Amino acid sequence: MSGRTPNQKAWFLVLPVVVLVAFNAVIPLMTVVNYSVQETFGDNQFFFEGVTWFEQILHSSRFHDALQRQLLFTAIVLAIEIPLGVAIALAMPRRGPWASTCLVLMAMPLLIPWNVVGAMWNIFALPDIGLLGYSLNALGFDYNFTRQPLSAWSTLIAMDVWHWTSLVVLLAYAGLSAIPNAFYEAAKIDGASAWAVFCYIQLPKMKRVLMIAVLLRFMDSFMIYTEAIVLTGGGPGNATSLLSIDLVKIALGQFDLGPAAAMSLIYFLIILLLSWIFYAVMTRDEPQ
Amino acid sequence: MRRIRWLVPALYIVFVLLPIYWLLNMSFKTTNEILGSFTLWPGHFTLENYRTILTDPTWYTGYLNSLAYVLMNTVISVTLALPAAYAFSRYRFMGDKHLFFWLLSNRMAPPAVFALPFFQLYSAIGLFDTHIAVALAHCLFNIPLAVWILEGFMSGVPKELDETAFVDGYPFWRFFIRIFIPTIAAGIGVAAFFCFMFSWVELLLAKTLTAVVAKPIAAVMTRTASTSGYELGLLAAAGALTIIPGAFVIYFVRNYIAKGFALGRV
Repeated sequence: MSGRTPNQKAWFLVLPVVVLVAFNAVIPLMTVVNYSVQETFGDNQFFFEGVTWFEQILHSSRFHDALQRQLLFTAIVLAIEIPLGVAIALAMPRRGPWASTCLVLMAMPLLIPWNVVGAMWNIFALPDIGLLGYSLNALGFDYNFTRQPLSAWSTLIAMDVWHWTSLVVLLAYAGLSAIPNAFYEAAKIDGASAWAVFCYIQLPKMKRVLMIAVLLRFMDSFMIYTEAIVLTGGGPGNATSLLSIDLVKIALGQFDLGPAAAMSLIYFLIILLLSWIFYAVMTRDEPQ
Repeated sequence: MRRIRWLVPALYIVFVLLPIYWLLNMSFKTTNEILGSFTLWPGHFTLENYRTILTDPTWYTGYLNSLAYVLMNTVISVTLALPAAYAFSRYRFMGDKHLFFWLLSNRMAPPAVFALPFFQLYSAIGLFDTHIAVALAHCLFNIPLAVWILEGFMSGVPKELDETAFVDGYPFWRFFIRIFIPTIAAGIGVAAFFCFMFSWVELLLAKTLTAVVAKPIAAVMTRTASTSGYELGLLAAAGALTIIPGAFVIYFVRNYIAKGFALGRV
C-alpha cells in the first residue's frame, strides 16, 4: 500500500461494502452483547445481570476444558498442515498438464460442503463398513472412533488434514510460481544447495502467502463446527467437544441465551486477539 | 532425491481421493448391501439412488436452492468488493487501516456465534426463508475475503495505468469498467472462486436462515438422515452430487489459480 494518494472521496467507494458488512456484523453483535448481560425466563422477560455470565464462564471448568481442547486441536492441525502443504507445493511440477491436474484433484476437498465432509469421513472410518476403520481393525489395531477418545481425535485430525492441507498447497504453490526463473539460475551459478535455495529464495518469497495460509487455517480451525459435529458429535462423552460445539450445545440445547451469548463474545474476542497477534508478528519486519 | 519427488504429491492425491472413492462406492450400492457386508466395490451396481434424487423434487430443489444463493452471493460480493479494493489499493483516506482490519475481523466471527441473532434479524426484516437472505448473510465473511484478495491483485497493477487514462480524459467509472476490470480479470476469477467456495460449503447460517422455500441441499440431507431411517446409499449419492459444482468451478479457474496469484502480491 505504498505511494497512495490522499483522497477522502475514496470513502464513497468503500461505503457499499461497509454498509452491508456492518448490517450483518454490527446488529447481530449488538444482539449478542445485549443478551450477554441479561437473564431470561421465557415470555420475553429480561433482567439485567451485568457481568455475572462472564465471570461464571471464565471460572467454569467446562469452558476451560473446551478451550484447552480447542487450542490443542488448532496447534496440532497447524503443525501438520503448514509444513505438509509447503512440502507438497515444493514437490509439485511447476507447469504443464500435470500441474493443473494436481491442482484440480487437490482442490476437491475444499469444495465439498462441510456436512458432506463429516458424513463422508463418518462412513469412511466406521469400523464395520468403512474402508479406513475396517482396514485398521483388520491390521490388528483396536480402532473405533465412536467409543475411544484417542481414535476420535485422530480421525478428527485426519479429516481436517484431508480437508484443508490443499488450501495451504494452493497458496504456497501460487507463491512459488511468482518467483522469477532468474533467481534459480543465479542460485545454480553460485552452487547453492536445495536447502539453501529453500531458505534464502523460496521461503522469503512465500512469506506473504504463508501468512495468509496460517491466518486462514488458524481462524477456520478455531471455528470448526459442522464437520466435527457430523463426524463425532463432540463425543465420545465430551472428548471432542471443541469450543463451538460446546457453545451450540449451551445455546440451543439448554436455551440459556445469556451464558451462551457471553461465551460467544469471549470466543470471538479470543479469535480476534490471537489473529491480531499473528498478524502483528508476521508483518513486523514489513516496511510500511 | 529428484527422481522420487513426484511421489509426495502423488501419495497426497491418493489420500485425497480415498474417502471420495468410498463415498462413490457407497452411492452405487443398495442400503442392504452397505449394511450387510464389506466390499471394496459395489457387488450389485445400481443407479437407483441417483434416480431417486434426480426425480424427487424435495431432493433436486435443494441443489437449485444452494446454487441460487451461492451465485447471488458471489455476484454481490465481487461487485461490491471491486470499488472498495480499488480505494484501499490506490487512495489514503481517514481510518483506512482500521477499516481494513475491521473488515477482516468479520472473517473471524464464528458462524456459531451469529446463528441466533441472524435468525432474528432476517425474520425481523421479512427475508427469512429466501435465497437473498442467505446470500446477504454470507457476505459477512465473503466480502472481506474478496476485498483482501482483490486489493492484492490491484496493488500489482502499476499506478501509471490509472494516471495515463485520467490524462487521456477518461471519467473514473469508464476507466474502471473498460480498462481496469479487464486488467485484473485473473484476480476477479480467484476472488469469485473463493466466494463461491466458502458460500457453497457453509451450512450453519444457510440452515438457520431457511425453512422450506430456500432450503439448501445440506438441510435436505440432514432431514432425510433423521426421518427415513438411515438410508446410507441415498445419502452417499446426495453427497457425491454436491462435489460436482465445485469440480466444475475448479476446472474453469485452474489456470487462474496457477498463474493468477503470481500477478497479485498475494
